[in-house]
Amino acid sequence: MLSQRRNFIFLFFGIVGLLFIGKLFYLQVIDDTYEKAADNNAIRKIIQIPFRGEVYDRYGKLIVYNTPVYDLYMIPRKAVVKDTNHFCRVFGVTKEYFIKTTQRARAYSRVKPSLFLKHLSKEDFASVQDAMVDFPGFFFETNAFRTYQSRSFSNALGYVAEISPNALVDQRDDYYRQGDYVGISGIESFYEETLRGQRGVKYRMVNSNGVEKGDYKNGSLNINPVSGNNLYTSIDLAIQEYADSLMQHKVGSLVAIEPSTGEILAMVSAPSYDASQLTGNNFSKYYQELALDPMKPLLNRPPSAYYRPGSTFKLVQALVGQQLGFIGPGTVFSHAGAPVKCHGHGPVDLRGAIRVSCNPYFYHAFRKMIYDNTTGDTYERSAKGLQRWSDLVANFGFGRKLGVDLGNEKKGILPNVEYYNSVYKGEKMWKFSNIYSISIGEGEIVVSPLKMANLAAIIANRGWYIPPHVVKGVGLQKSIDPFYKTPVKVGVESKYFNVVIDGMEDAVTHGTVEADGRIPDIKMVGKTGTSQNQKGKDHSIFIAFAPRDNPKIAIAVFVENAGFGGSAAAPIASLVVEKYLKRKVDRKAVETKFMNMNYLPNVYSVVRKKAAPDSTKK
Amino acid sequence: MTDSNHIQGRIDWITVGFYVLFVGLGWLNIYSAVYSPDAPLAFSDAAFYNSNAGKQLVWIGTSFVLIVCILVIDFRFFESFALFIYLGLLLLLIAVPFLGVTINGSHSWFKFGSVTIQPAEFAKTATALLLAKYLNDPLVNLTKFPFQWKAALIIGIPMVLIIGSNETGSALVFASFMILLYREGLPGAYPALFIGGIVLFVSALLVKAWVIFLVLLLMAGLLVLFMPIYMQRDPKTYLRLSGGIAGIMTLALLVDWVVNNVLKEHQRNRIRVLIDPGFDPRGLGYQVTQSKIAIGSGGFWGKGFLGGTQTKFDFVPEQSTDMVFCTIGEEHGFVGVMLMILFFLGFLWRLMYLADLQRSRFARAYGFGLVGILFFHFLVNIGMTIGLMPIMGIPLPFFSYGGSSLWSFTILLFIFLKLDSHRSDMLSR
Ligand SMILES: [Zn+2]
Repeated sequence: MLSQRRNFIFLFFGIVGLLFIGKLFYLQVIDDTYEKAADNNAIRKIIQIPFRGEVYDRYGKLIVYNTPVYDLYMIPRKAVVKDTNHFCRVFGVTKEYFIKTTQRARAYSRVKPSLFLKHLSKEDFASVQDAMVDFPGFFFETNAFRTYQSRSFSNALGYVAEISPNALVDQRDDYYRQGDYVGISGIESFYEETLRGQRGVKYRMVNSNGVEKGDYKNGSLNINPVSGNNLYTSIDLAIQEYADSLMQHKVGSLVAIEPSTGEILAMVSAPSYDASQLTGNNFSKYYQELALDPMKPLLNRPPSAYYRPGSTFKLVQALVGQQLGFIGPGTVFSHAGAPVKCHGHGPVDLRGAIRVSCNPYFYHAFRKMIYDNTTGDTYERSAKGLQRWSDLVANFGFGRKLGVDLGNEKKGILPNVEYYNSVYKGEKMWKFSNIYSISIGEGEIVVSPLKMANLAAIIANRGWYIPPHVVKGVGLQKSIDPFYKTPVKVGVESKYFNVVIDGMEDAVTHGTVEADGRIPDIKMVGKTGTSQNQKGKDHSIFIAFAPRDNPKIAIAVFVENAGFGGSAAAPIASLVVEKYLKRKVDRKAVETKFMNMNYLPNVYSVVRKKAAPDSTKK
Repeated sequence: MTDSNHIQGRIDWITVGFYVLFVGLGWLNIYSAVYSPDAPLAFSDAAFYNSNAGKQLVWIGTSFVLIVCILVIDFRFFESFALFIYLGLLLLLIAVPFLGVTINGSHSWFKFGSVTIQPAEFAKTATALLLAKYLNDPLVNLTKFPFQWKAALIIGIPMVLIIGSNETGSALVFASFMILLYREGLPGAYPALFIGGIVLFVSALLVKAWVIFLVLLLMAGLLVLFMPIYMQRDPKTYLRLSGGIAGIMTLALLVDWVVNNVLKEHQRNRIRVLIDPGFDPRGLGYQVTQSKIAIGSGGFWGKGFLGGTQTKFDFVPEQSTDMVFCTIGEEHGFVGVMLMILFFLGFLWRLMYLADLQRSRFARAYGFGLVGILFFHFLVNIGMTIGLMPIMGIPLPFFSYGGSSLWSFTILLFIFLKLDSHRSDMLSR
């Protein structure tokens, strides 16, 4: 009797089920207002890319800013173009483009938006606004281009480009999506997280014509984008542009630093490129061109290119030799017994050796440093001496990163015991006679132009430096990492700098620097260098600072294939120094000469590989 | 055959199959509801386990542990300890206002580390157990008032406590015990009155009391006019009829008073919106309309798995929990929802069939309690998404996202399967 109740209960369940199915049949099959409403009510998730931070020079001049552009998207299922010709006329595309792009979009997804046309300018956007009503299924999203005030400074600035598939996979915080733009090199890369800001999300209701009907849920789910922080660089745009003009028709680098702060005043990488062409529709074409260029214009040479420092390294030897107690201002060496070449002159003291850049002098000095006036196993003594030497030289930033705020800084090579052990495949396989080339900055030692500019700053400061940096303030607070405020001591007492600076002064006034490299009314001190280059003409190097007392600027100039350091690099450095300290250049003839000077090699190469041991040296 | 080592052989695999099917389909729907075509998550991503789909996977895994535990426990435990379980749950319900935390505006959760538990979800299982135990006494006769009253007390206490913590939806689930009681002998007039009461209740919200009066009088008049000839047209019949109508009118007045004076504004609105979704287009009406649009836009065949557009971006609120049916409707269309409803009814039929096979009244009553609870959730959850029921925070059993919900339904169901697997060991009284 009671067990009959199960049937009543199930009858009740069944009626409810039928009621539901009936109602669902009505909602889903008979009544199409809901299907239409779904279209009318479609919600579009719009990602709002905030404006990237702007970049300013040290005087507040704008270097990089943003220009809004508009990207046209299509949703194939909703896109109905009645008059294709009309459409193509309005958007200025060919019929082939229309067909091809529409097909590709359809193949990707019929309901998800696909990019149809990239980067319409504000003007183009305004002109097609009225016509949009005729093109359901098409809509715009705003985007922004990096815009450059000057053609200068491109390499250190870096550029932004679509994130690469590898970077997309490797990202740490899962922020980027495919197609997002990201800083690739220079400060754009180093300060990416500062510059990019915080992406916003907007949920908009759109009807089937693609016309927005307002914010979904009154905008309560929206997240407003936060613009990126501005960067206030230490670059002096006037000096930067001037330096750029001097480095044209040349391959090389120029780095100028304010010694007291480590702030980089100018940083040239030559040849450079036009950053404004690396945005928008031109990007891939121009990028291809740059990437295939044997001159490697995309490389930011100052922190990344490898050179032997040549004779400029003798300054380090002079300082380290004194600090280690092997030489002093009165130490004299002659050419006798040295396997390195020199000019015809008699024995010189330390100051004189720097003035004339005497190779045998530094050969002898280095030999003393390595062998330590002791006797015994030469291999063992070499290792011990080199260890002591390299420990001190490392303080100058050689063989490691200085920590500059640019992407892709290279460590360079400071050969030490470990290094030679690996090159000669074992301990006690090498001795002084195998490694003496580094005494004069040749052989295995490899530096970047930035390190040499920093060396000039160390000497200007007589024993310390602040890590060189391009950005001196971030955001409204203009805050800066304390790392870029903290002096680093190199471990050489300041008294040892006197004789070196005297020698550098002599080098400019009556030494290796030619007349074009002298500024009549500014006491600039410097040291030339010639970096041996097996593949062509030697590279010309000059490092300097000025004025001698109370230095304001330290500079390093590398000109590839320009030969002797005193002839090309020194005059260019002197012009930049003059311009910076006087805000004008009086030596117009020199200026014109070096602006037009062409040192472009026929066949170009940068020393990138580790220098191989030279088996002929014994 | 009293050892529990042979459970596998006697467990009802058809029911288990339904369970696995529902939980699996439910998970796919949760995955689809949180799936974003812009940023699909892989199983290897840590973020996946922070998404609802990832967490639900953890809940499903732990549910299997629960199942094993239930099957290992001696089947007599549930009857013997029914009272303790019930009292324990009451304690938790009393403690929750003091020790609980607030989640989604409801202060009814306990937090243990990262796990949150809502005791109200488990109270219905405890109540079903105690009610079944009470009815196991052959002397209990539900046609008699004292027994009815005691049964009502067992149901009422947790219900009141749950209403106290502002979980009206979960409290209303206890009304489903009407099915258990009806099966166990409660006179049919009770469910009839109950359904009539609901009809009156809804009418009271929509029209003024005098309209209901008028309709009732009209019905009485028609009844008198077309009264079958074989019925005696004597004063006694008229008196009875008049008494009945007066009773209903008083009830209508009472309901009207409750609706307008006891119910809070938002509770009234939830029901009013059923009839006129346009009256609160940004709030409740919006929710109902959006869920109808989502389901309606699915059409006959649906938009395909992961193809839903309306159920993305939190367009339909609570899309993983209470509104999971919308995702099914949108992505699998009429075919999908019809199959789902048929499967669910089939599942209920299977459970009732098993319940009637029980030799002990305890197991049978518990089985019908289970069926009632599942049906109530089915009725309200699907009903609210298609605009036939007011919006209440009630999950769809096995489908909806949420640990407490899945765990409680799993426990509820598998206790019955455990009892069923021992039905030959049970004493028939
Ligand atoms: Zn010499």
